[in-house]
Parts: sequence; C-alpha cells; structure tokens
Amino acid sequence: MEKIKNKYGESISIKQILAEKIIYLVLLLLIVLVIIIEPKFLSFTNLKNICAQSATKIIIALAAGMVLMVRGCDLSTGRMIGLAAVVSASLMQEVNYAYRMYPNLKELPLIVPVLLVVVLCAILGTLTGIAVSLLKVPPIIATLAMQLILYGASSIYFDRPPYGAQPIGGISSKVIGIGTGYFKLGNIQIPYLIMIAAVICVIIWIIWNKTKFGKYMYAVGGNPEAAKVSGVNVELTQIIVYASAAVLYAIAAVLEVGRIGSASNTTGNGYEMDAIAACVIGGVSMSGGIGSVGGIIIGVLIFTVINYGLAFIGVNMYWQYIVKGLIILLAVVIDMRKFAKRK
Amino acid sequence: MENEYILEMRNITKTFPGVKALDDVSIKVRPGTVHSLMGENGAGKSTLMKCLFGIYALNSGEIILEGRNVNFENPAEALKNHVSMVHQELNQVLDRDVMENVWLGRFPMKNGFIDKKKMFVETKKIFDELEIDVDPRVKIGSLQVSQKQMIEIAKAVSYDSKIIVMDEPTSSLTENEVSHLFKIIEKLKARNTSVIYISHKMEEILKISDEVTVMRDGKWIATKPASELTTDAIIKMMVGRELKERYPRRTTMPGDTLLQIKNLASVGQIFHDVDFELHKGEILGISGLVGSKRTEVLETLFGIRQKGEGTISLHGKEINNDSPRQAMKHGFAMLTEERRVDGIFADLSVGFNMIITNLNLYMQKGLLNNGKIKGSVSKMIDTIKVKTPSDNTKIGNLSGGNQQKVILGRWLLTQPEILLLDEPTRGIDVGAKFEIYQLMNELAAEGKGIIVVSSEMPELLGICDRILVMSNGRQSGIFDAKSVSQVQIMEASAKYI
Repeated sequence: MEKIKNKYGESISIKQILAEKIIYLVLLLLIVLVIIIEPKFLSFTNLKNICAQSATKIIIALAAGMVLMVRGCDLSTGRMIGLAAVVSASLMQEVNYAYRMYPNLKELPLIVPVLLVVVLCAILGTLTGIAVSLLKVPPIIATLAMQLILYGASSIYFDRPPYGAQPIGGISSKVIGIGTGYFKLGNIQIPYLIMIAAVICVIIWIIWNKTKFGKYMYAVGGNPEAAKVSGVNVELTQIIVYASAAVLYAIAAVLEVGRIGSASNTTGNGYEMDAIAACVIGGVSMSGGIGSVGGIIIGVLIFTVINYGLAFIGVNMYWQYIVKGLIILLAVVIDMRKFAKRK
Repeated sequence: MENEYILEMRNITKTFPGVKALDDVSIKVRPGTVHSLMGENGAGKSTLMKCLFGIYALNSGEIILEGRNVNFENPAEALKNHVSMVHQELNQVLDRDVMENVWLGRFPMKNGFIDKKKMFVETKKIFDELEIDVDPRVKIGSLQVSQKQMIEIAKAVSYDSKIIVMDEPTSSLTENEVSHLFKIIEKLKARNTSVIYISHKMEEILKISDEVTVMRDGKWIATKPASELTTDAIIKMMVGRELKERYPRRTTMPGDTLLQIKNLASVGQIFHDVDFELHKGEILGISGLVGSKRTEVLETLFGIRQKGEGTISLHGKEINNDSPRQAMKHGFAMLTEERRVDGIFADLSVGFNMIITNLNLYMQKGLLNNGKIKGSVSKMIDTIKVKTPSDNTKIGNLSGGNQQKVILGRWLLTQPEILLLDEPTRGIDVGAKFEIYQLMNELAAEGKGIIVVSSEMPELLGICDRILVMSNGRQSGIFDAKSVSQVQIMEASAKYI
C-alpha cells in the first residue's frame, strides 16, 4: 500500500488518511454540488456573509470545544447566550427609543452592560463547573439542568410589564455598528465581527498552547487520573474551563445582539448543537483531550457554508435539519472509528 | 489421522503507523501442549496473539486452525471457533456477578428469560472442575486480581476452547496463586486444550512449557522444546547478545537520613504501624504479597491517599503531603503501578507526557517556550534512551518499556529528591529492565532516595540496599538486602496473615 509520512514522522497509508478525512471530502462534495446548482453562490457578498455569520459561531464553538476537551459537554450554551443577550440588550437600548425596558435609564457606556453579562455568565459557568467537578454531576445532566434554569430566568427577566414578551429592540447604534459594520481596506470590506473573532481566536490559541492552564486542560481531558497524579488540580481546571466558556458565551451574546439588532428569550436557542457539530467536524474528540483552534475554525466554516448554501439553493428548512443531523452523525462515527475493533 | 498441529500461523506480517510490529512470523502449536512466547517488550508477542484473536487485521500471512484456513473478523468469531484469550488487562463488567460475566453475550435462556439457575449450575461445574473457589453469585468487582483471572480462564473453558492464549497471566499473582494457575493449566492440557503462554518470567516458562518460541523486534528467532533450553539461552536469543549481569553493580553507600516515617497509618487503617527511615542515595525495597498494602503506603506518602496517623519528616522537619501537588513541592515523585490507568496520556505526544508535571521550567515572559520544551524533552529522550520516532509521536504507539521510560523521564524533569516507584519494571523486557535499574543506580548515586515496590523478589534482592516487608497491612520487618534470603522475606510476608 502507498505510504507517506505524517507530521509526526510516522508513515501512514493513504487509505488511512482517506478514512480519517472522509468527512471533509463529503462536505467539499456538498459545497461543490451547491455551486453547480447555483454558480452565483460563489459571489463575494455571499462569502462575506458566510464569514460574518461564522464569526460569532467560531467564538461559541471554541467555548463549547473547551468543554468537550475536558470530557464535558455543554447543553446550556444557547440559553446562556439567550440570558446574556436579553440582559445586555435591555441595557443597550437607545435613549429615545419608545419601548425601553428601563425608560429612565441614562445612556450607559458600552463597557458596563458587557462587563455585567461577562461577570454574570462567569458566575453561572463556575456553578456549572462546580456541579460537574466537585459534586460529580454528569456534565450532560448538569448543563441540561442549567439550561432550564437559564431559560426560566431569562424569560422572567424578559417577559414582564409594561411591554411583556416583545423582542427588545432599539439597540444602540454603536452596538449595531459593531454587529453589522465593517472596516474598509481599499475596495475590501472587512466586517468588525470577523476582526473581533480573529483576535479572540489568537488569544484562545495562546491560552491553549502557551499556558499552563492550556496544557492542564489537555491533560485533564486526556486522562484525568494521570493528570491528578501529575499534580494537576483536575477540579479547578474543569471549573475554569466551564467559567471561561461562559465568558465567551457572554461576549458572543453581545455580538449577536449587535448583529441581529434585537434580543428575546429565544435568542441563541439551539446554538449548542451547531457548536458541538462544528467541533466534531473540526476534529475535537468526544472522548476528550484532542482538539485544536484551527480545527474548530474549519469546522465552523464548513458547517456555515453548508447551512448557508442549502438555504441559498432553496432547500426546504426541514430537509436542512436532516442533512445537518446526518453530518453530525457521520463526523462522530469517524471520530469513534479510532476506537473500533480492528486496527 | 489428526493434524500434528492444532494451529499454524504462517508468515504473519502486521504494521502499525511507524512500526513494523510483526515481520514474517510463523508458529505451530501442538494439541494439548503449552507453547510459550518470549521476547522483549515490543517484540510482537501480544500483537501476534491479537492478530489470531481478531483484534488486529493481518497485513499478510495465513492462520490455519485444525486444518482450516481462518481469519477472524472479531473476538466473538474467534470464541465461536474455540479460540480464547485471557488478556493482560482484564475486561470485565465489575458491577455484575461472576456467572453473568462468564456467560455474557450468550446467557442460557428459558421461555424468553435468562435461566439463572442453569447459569449457576453450569458455572459451578466448571469452577469445581478447575478447583476455583469463588461463589458464582458475588460481584466481580469485589474479587482480587488473581480470582478475576481464574474466572477469565473458566470463561475460556466454558467456550469449550481448544486454544487459550494467556497474556502475562502471572504479572500480578503471588507465588501460591501462580502454582494454582499452573495446576489449572495442567488440567487444561489433560482436556487436550492447548495453551499459548506469554510471560517474561523465565523460571515459569521453563517449568510450564512444552515448547518455547522466542521473538525479537517483530521477528521469529527460534522455536525449541523447553527441555533443551536454559534461562541464559533464552535471554541470549531474546536480546541477541549475552547479558552477563541482570542487575547492575551498586557502588555508592547510603548517606544522611532523608526521610523519616513514624507510625504511619492510612485513614481507615488500611495499613498501619509503618515505621522506617530512608537515607540519601539509598534504594529501599518494599516486598509483600498482593494485598499486603504496599502500593497504599506509597500512595499515602505521595498524597493520593489520606494519611490517618503518624508523621512524615523530610530532613528532620515534619511535612504534610495532602495532595500530589504538595508532595511534588516537597520533592517527591511517584511512578504508579498501572501505567495505562493513571500514568500515560495515551492520545498525547511523548513530549507532552514528559513536561506536564513541571511546566514552570519552560515559562518565559508568562508563556510556555517551545524551544525550551523541545530542548528539555530531546535531552531527556537521549539520557534515558527512549526509542521513539520523534517527540511528537503519540505515547500510546510506543512499547510498554518505552512508555515507562517516558514517565520516569517526566518525574526526573521535576528534579525530585525522593522517588517512589511502584512496580517500575512490570511487563518490561529484560534489556529495558536493566536500563531502568541502571537509571535507579545513577539517581541514587546523585544522592536521591528511592523507594521501590516490587513483586519480584530477585529484583529487590538485586537492586536494593534494604528491604521492608509488609504483611497484611503491617510492617513485618526490615532486612539488609545483602544478607537476607528469599525464605526469610517469605516468612516475614506471611507473619500477620
């Protein structure tokens, strides 16, 4: 059989590489199919839209990926974003908007609502982390419970007099500017969202690869028992992971408010599924300890292109769900093949 | 006429990423005999058997079982064809009872329900035949390792196996348990069952085998009747050179007191009354039967297990090791017994596995410096002679001996004063063992104190200055390794039973 060297200096067969990378082939094929059906898909506007749509998703997926990497799983992603969106939006309405949640509130500097939701989410994430690490609640259950609590809380905050369950609109133009504006570089427009996401990616890459915490995160995910013997504080690492994921959710929530221009208690609903799917496509192992920033970014981009592409060629919404589900399944099947019987 | 051989494996070749694990290996097994496989770690013994058992797929070669060409897709198929394997790591459902584990996947049924009664009777019948004294209704999790292993063998018998592969069955057994195992093997032979026996222990192999096949670096070296072999001859074939000494010579003498342990007991008195001193440059062995709580003593010293009573003093000052982190701060390092469970990060690189305990060494301006990491890792790989394609290779792809060296390297990078080594040479080949002994010697010569737990008495006698013996959770004596005999140690081991 054909052999080539991989980056670790080990020789591996082409068949093996194909088996590992088949997901990318399938997805590439799907994208090509979209382009064949609708060549206009390749326009610059579309690509820009896709990137802008991906920007917040990348931040969210990096957060969800951290949790996966320490053998966790976060189902509260979407509702945490929802809560942060509602709270921050209520404090970022234009002063002259008619339906303000706090009619007498003076205009706040942008940093106030942002810091507020960051701290709020950090506390909530810490609680989830404590439930998982110290109280030994299985992550799926802990975050499922957290998800319900968060939805309840954000709905109570959101659905109350005088305006009831009306989406919170009239968001400050500064926030909208960040969410939809762009930086002009000659003829090229670079959305602010992409620039913000890029900065966050760099920071996260540094944290994962260049700090003690990052190495501990991989260690805890790779083998918690060995990590403990090696002097790693396993519980603390898990708590920090859940807390910092929550901080990223808060940042993403503010950006989402700017991008969409409003918030309600359904904002963010189901984001955890997209995030986990992107991570899985991007090579984060569901059994922990394996994953990279680059992989997750690619995962999000591929997943967004397919979402956007299917909608672009007019595929029925319900069919899109089915296709997405199948992609997730395929990705996990490939991930688990590593543990299959015959090597 | 029946075939002369029940099993032939011909020209088997198997490659893994980066390693040619088996290269044109052939073996032939006669019915009703014990055929031993010997070789250093990474020689390919386990791999060959996993190919037979359908765990790995062959690259080339053929397997002939009772005259039929076979190639099992998975272990279930192998079992159906009366080939079974007792693994080095036992795969059992700990929360279920013994008989369910034996009949898992093929429970006897009656009217659509599991027939518990039949299951019990059938299990009991096999246990009686093999003289296994275990109640089929107790949970597997409550049994000792040796008992669990007996049950795996009973399970193999229940499949009416014609070939039973035993991969290092005695690595965690005491001498009494080993002789029980040998009795069972004799019974199997009498049933015309063939046993393929993998072990590193020469004396055992020569005692139990009919034929011995030696492998080296994935290649077949020789197959000979056991009666024609001696320990030295086997070692010579295994390492391809003559190994004059199994233990390196000690040259240095222990110095000042490093560590003083007084009346140490764990929480819940799992062990108690442990009382000893460790000197600089000393290698102190801990001997005892399985279950005598040797590992627990080390775990308590390292803060994995809670201390109940007593004091630990380092350089005359009392210290508390409440967690591994604290123990590390006090200059302790611990190599754990179960490498795969709490030693290696199997999916991560050799480099990662080495640096994880002491990241502070590589910090520069608040961030980890890759150059420093690379330098440190490659220097350590050279110093302790780890055989690996690169520092980026997944540690899970290395042989057991090399994994052990990497973990030892991990602890050496913390620059410890006291090394706690729990079965450091278990499941490691002769050559690698010698290198690890040599490393221990060098560390002792640098003035470090080493405490080593081992089940192999000759090993303790060969490398230690003194030997502490545990018996049933109590310290039953400390002996000078130069003057003590194996008999004295055995007597001390049995003192409180």
